[in-house]
Amino acid sequence: MLNNYQSSGYPLWSNGPTPGGFYNFTGGQQTHKLPSELVTEGPYGTKRNTSSITTGSSVLGIRFDEGVMIAADTLVSYGSLARYQDIHRVFKINNNIILGGSGDFADIQSIKRNIDQKMIEDQYYDDQITMKPKELSSWLTRVLYGRRSRMNPLYIDVVVGGVDKQGVPFLGNVDLRGRAYEDYVVATGFARHLALPLVRERKPADRDFTAQEASDLIRKCMEVLYYRDTRNMSKYTVGVCTTSNCLVEGPYNVNENWTFAANIKGY
Amino acid sequence: MFRNKYDNDVTIWSPQGRLYQVEYAMEAVKQGMVTVGIKSQDYAVLVALCRAEGHTNDIQRKIMPIDSHLGMSIAGLTADAKQVCQYLRTECMSYRHTYEAAYPVSRLVTNLGNKMQPTTQRYDRRPYGVGMLIAGYDLKPHIYQVMPSANVMNCKAMAIGARSQSSRTYLERHLDSFLYSSKDEIICHGIQALRSSLGNDCGENIKITIALVGKEQTFMTLSDEECIKYLNMAQTLAKPDVQ
Repeated sequence: MLNNYQSSGYPLWSNGPTPGGFYNFTGGQQTHKLPSELVTEGPYGTKRNTSSITTGSSVLGIRFDEGVMIAADTLVSYGSLARYQDIHRVFKINNNIILGGSGDFADIQSIKRNIDQKMIEDQYYDDQITMKPKELSSWLTRVLYGRRSRMNPLYIDVVVGGVDKQGVPFLGNVDLRGRAYEDYVVATGFARHLALPLVRERKPADRDFTAQEASDLIRKCMEVLYYRDTRNMSKYTVGVCTTSNCLVEGPYNVNENWTFAANIKGY
Repeated sequence: MFRNKYDNDVTIWSPQGRLYQVEYAMEAVKQGMVTVGIKSQDYAVLVALCRAEGHTNDIQRKIMPIDSHLGMSIAGLTADAKQVCQYLRTECMSYRHTYEAAYPVSRLVTNLGNKMQPTTQRYDRRPYGVGMLIAGYDLKPHIYQVMPSANVMNCKAMAIGARSQSSRTYLERHLDSFLYSSKDEIICHGIQALRSSLGNDCGENIKITIALVGKEQTFMTLSDEECIKYLNMAQTLAKPDVQ
């Protein structure tokens, strides 16, 4: 009779002191207030932070005949400060999937933890069924779209790539609003402006890239991004996923050539 | 066969280490009409015997499609079967929405077995009174048998329902020929297996339902005309075998 009363969810009284809470005996004005940053509503009535704090810059993904490559530099910036300079932003998810994360890095770590838990779930079924890259991309799209619809986004832009069971490569890009896109080359951030046209220009019309071509393009694009994107650094990692292996290689360094600096006048 | 003392509750063990309620639930499966499931290299086929037409307008559905790559055939309590079917359909639909892919068949039946197990252990529930043959295709064909005991078994071929032992004998005898059978041959094998379990009151004209799923073949229940065509085909193909 009384056994389930507590779990029924009804409070025992209202408009009175809450056990464990601060009770204002004198009445009138509340003396303890939360700081204004935490109670002020944002634009469109949002109550949660929609800006990013520690961010990763661009991620570039290229699909070739046998698999995919995803490259990202190892910098996580704090605004314009190059704060954490040895962060690997390309992850191996399972034997068929690699993922490169850009945007707010705390959000990347948070979603990565969820993804790792999913992989562990796959393992304890113990039935050799593993998640495919398209499925992970689809799941991420649904999650990110749901978060944005609740005005509480994960401020990330993610490149998902890999090979499925039949050896067909997959490369996709999912962003903070849940927009998903598949192509032979995808990029986030500044790489979208600088690297995408570069790769598209070099794409042969009738066939996929070879591994060597993809690798050369990655090297070239990382170089361009280092020179032109002010939130990049020269160290980067590359994830490679083919039917035979899946690993994250690096860190590599961009071939820097600053000899032209001597010719710059006016600064 | 009444063992009154230990069969009131599913939570009571008998001194011999048996759960009588679960066994009684298995009896409910044996009351249902026989159904057969066989798989070859490319196809998984379900054949079910329908109740003779008579009192009702609608025929009792024995084969329930679940998703485009999956379907099941039942024997036992239809109401319980409909609940399970609803659960499987929701799971498949939800998986497709989240992952844009077909639910791997072995995962789905594992989850079904896990869902059915508490009904054999809790005092406030009873086992589902339905046995199911689940036919699915994902990279290769599958036939799974799910029983009220929450046992899930991966089968090359199986028959459940009334007098199904004769069907199982037929299937065992022809087991080696199933893997490389063509689509027509495997359906005919299913019909012949079904015929072995016919009672004395069934005449030459039996009403059956056939469904199949496989490589480049979404789960499809055949029409009445096609069923009759296969019935005749089975008759001519397997004349020496029918005793």
